[in-house]
Amino acid sequence: MAETIDVKPDSVLDVKGLCCPMPVVKAKKAMDALEPGQVLEVIGTDAGSKGDMPAWAKRSGNEFLGFTEEEGGEVFHFFVRKGK
Amino acid sequence: MAKRLAIIASKGTLDMAYPVFILASTAAALDMECGIFFTFYGLDIVNKKKYANLKVSPIANPAMPVSVPNIVGMLPGMTAMATKMMKDMIKKSNTPSIPEFIEICHETGVKMWPCQLTLDIMGINPEDLIDEVEPTCGAGAFLDYAVDADMSLFI
Repeated sequence: MAETIDVKPDSVLDVKGLCCPMPVVKAKKAMDALEPGQVLEVIGTDAGSKGDMPAWAKRSGNEFLGFTEEEGGEVFHFFVRKGK
Repeated sequence: MAKRLAIIASKGTLDMAYPVFILASTAAALDMECGIFFTFYGLDIVNKKKYANLKVSPIANPAMPVSVPNIVGMLPGMTAMATKMMKDMIKKSNTPSIPEFIEICHETGVKMWPCQLTLDIMGINPEDLIDEVEPTCGAGAFLDYAVDADMSLFI
């Protein structure tokens, strides 16, 4: 999914260098501070997050908008909209 | 109703403590309820005197990153060496320590129950346990929690 996501995040969380399960644990904490409808961007390097982030978003009542990969495929940008 | 994960932590080694907390902290992040029952050697994971110093055994452990023949693993100091190697690898991956994971789990509402029978058998006082745990409980109370769980894991 090497596309661009046309959405402006309200908050950006940098979890580069962190491994499972910390990106999801920190994303949950960051999301708790947002209002419904706002978008969180999570920037990370954990390849497992490609599966973990959509699963977290779905299970926690948020909407996974997609992710982009930086060139080289080592840095990922995940976009999640906070649910109601 | 929230999904529920019930975990029995039965082993007191570093390598068996990590899966417990990785799954528990993730469950909390996924808005699931999670409760852990620490029983037998698993009680070491919430024992003040031991929880920060859980170990990895190189004996009868063919999965060590560097293969150690059992006869070498028996030598004094080898368990400490294997443990240090594992802790260094964990630290390098920026993964939290066990005490840090306990804090994360406690803050996110994971319930941690020490097994009363284990305290009785091993002669452990409730004061020997970390502050983050719930009051001790028995198999009945844990099963009452687990019977309504969506997933139950024995680790």
